Amino acid sequence: MSVRRLADPHLQPKEFAFTAENRAWAEQVIKRYPEGRQQSAVIPLLWRAQEQAGGWLPQKAMEHVADVLGMAKIRVLEVATFYTMFLLAPVGRQAHVQVCGTTPCRLRGADALFDVCARKIHPEPFHVSADGNFSWEEVECLGACVNAPMVLIWNDTYEDLTAESFEKVLDGFVNGKPAKPGPQIDRHFSAPVGGPNTLTDPSLYARSNGGGNTGAPLTDADAKKAGTPANVRETPAGQPST
Amino acid sequence: MLDDKDRIFKNLYGYHDWGLEGARARGAWDGTKDILARGRDALINEMKASGQRGRGGAGFPTGLKWSFMPKESKDGRPSYLVINADESEPGTCKDREIMRHDPHLLVEGCLIAGFAMGASACYIYVRGEFIRERERLQAAVDQAYEAGLIGKNACGSGYDYDVYVHHGAGAYICGEETALLESLEGKKGQPRLKPPFPANVGLYGCPTTVNNVETIAQAPDIMRRGAAWFSSIGRQNNTGTKLYCISGHVNKPCNVEERMGIPLRELLEKHAGGVRGGWNNLLAVIPGGSSMPLVPAGADQADTLLMDFDGCRDKKSALGTAAVIVMDKSTDIIRAMARISYFYKHESCGQCTPCREGMGWMWRVLMRMAEGRAHKREIDMLMDVTKQIEGHTICAFGDGAAWPVQGLLRHFRPEIERRIDQYAANPHPEPVLVAAAE
Repeated sequence: MSVRRLADPHLQPKEFAFTAENRAWAEQVIKRYPEGRQQSAVIPLLWRAQEQAGGWLPQKAMEHVADVLGMAKIRVLEVATFYTMFLLAPVGRQAHVQVCGTTPCRLRGADALFDVCARKIHPEPFHVSADGNFSWEEVECLGACVNAPMVLIWNDTYEDLTAESFEKVLDGFVNGKPAKPGPQIDRHFSAPVGGPNTLTDPSLYARSNGGGNTGAPLTDADAKKAGTPANVRETPAGQPST
Repeated sequence: MLDDKDRIFKNLYGYHDWGLEGARARGAWDGTKDILARGRDALINEMKASGQRGRGGAGFPTGLKWSFMPKESKDGRPSYLVINADESEPGTCKDREIMRHDPHLLVEGCLIAGFAMGASACYIYVRGEFIRERERLQAAVDQAYEAGLIGKNACGSGYDYDVYVHHGAGAYICGEETALLESLEGKKGQPRLKPPFPANVGLYGCPTTVNNVETIAQAPDIMRRGAAWFSSIGRQNNTGTKLYCISGHVNKPCNVEERMGIPLRELLEKHAGGVRGGWNNLLAVIPGGSSMPLVPAGADQADTLLMDFDGCRDKKSALGTAAVIVMDKSTDIIRAMARISYFYKHESCGQCTPCREGMGWMWRVLMRMAEGRAHKREIDMLMDVTKQIEGHTICAFGDGAAWPVQGLLRHFRPEIERRIDQYAANPHPEPVLVAAAE
């Protein structure tokens, strides 16, 4: 277990309410669950609140979600402090870097990434850098172990990193030349370097027209509008406005 | 090597169209209506005949699990299918590929499995960190709704079936099925006492079956190609194909679909470019994700390890999720295992005392052992503590945290003793602590 507490009162905003757009989205989400079970929507709503609040979850946001769902405030606080992806203190404006530090990533050299974080951002996790742009934390397995070591920044993973390529990814958040998410070496997703030796039989794909939706990850920059189908976007643009 | 034609996940690497059109061209959603027309019992029997065992870790026979669901609702409660896409076991990244590159296999599997067990709706619980994967899966669900494949009168079968994508927010324990249900109900993810089992009292108090993503995504192909095809691959009691995630000290880490029961060495050398520095440079391998005991190098150990449920059990480990973590001789094995213990310390839900207190205790002792700053009698004490955690908690998390430590002590005790001797041979101003004093 990890001890997680709310941020100091002087960091907490005075009030929080969903934008009209997010409120409408929340109504849609609540409908996914049976009548009287709207509490199920608490994690998606807190997630959306965190995105709206700039990457972290203030106490007022938790209380607002409790009001929307008709839950006791303490129940929402329990959930927000239990799940570690809810960040309880302010994070970097440009990027909050979640570095995977579990054994498979450590075996592939994640230690070097922590050195970069300590040098470029702050020696301690959960501290915002001097310019306010970055913060970092060590997280447990992010589920991309064959692409280790890797980091998660907002909604995207950056994989197969070295200290140098990781620095480039970080610099990309401030110099206007963002790195492409995914493997940072010449590699196609989780296929072995140099291309796979399986799934090479062309007859498997004979009926395919080589069609539209190949490869490219979903990285569209525009926020989804409430009510539009989720295949446009599920979450609004990851990077909060400054 | 498994023939390409026998592979289920034809877009594993994302070279092709993930959308409905592409999935159909590769054979998904082909004749789904006819499959449903065979009837519920026929589908469950087909699943039983295929011999498929759950791909999420425990290896419970899927057909049998489906058959536990009530045939009809006597009290008006609906039934639910819940898909466990909370893939968090360190080393495992197979479900991620299914969700982002072949999501329609999963959606189709949800319909077939849900129909077979008489479920009225399906919730797919995706781990919070898989944000892009969740978007992709939601997009596939929306495509399937639009095409009338799910929803009202799914595939023209007259059966109404809804699929919803839900997500968590970063808690490993939510991969445990009852913790997942708690989380889906909007609470802290703390496992429930069993019985009652989810097949009787599950989500919202209704009969529920929880299945892994890979298990369900294989179901449509099993129904289309037949149980005989599936059971012809692999060995007795260990049938079919499996996605292996090969990470750690190999030349080319990758995901690959292979037959069950493939020898470890063949798997690593054919698909992952072999162990870094050659096979003889292997120190140890964790065959099934971090919860499983390691298997050291050696003629009667890793050299002859067969990658399936029984093959791994023969080496006192388990297949788990088939996440192969390879460690070569440069690895500090005690530190590597201590990091796994830290993972469990971090992820314990805190409900049961042996787990909540024991995880941190094991981690602290292992960290001292990694330096050699320990007493030799603490090795037995540590073993004793793992035995007191194992089997004394509500869920299997305690077991999964105790096993890797037991594996370390079973195979690398001389290394721990060597470090203790080395530390003791040098002068140190502070006395060596005893574990119980902490």
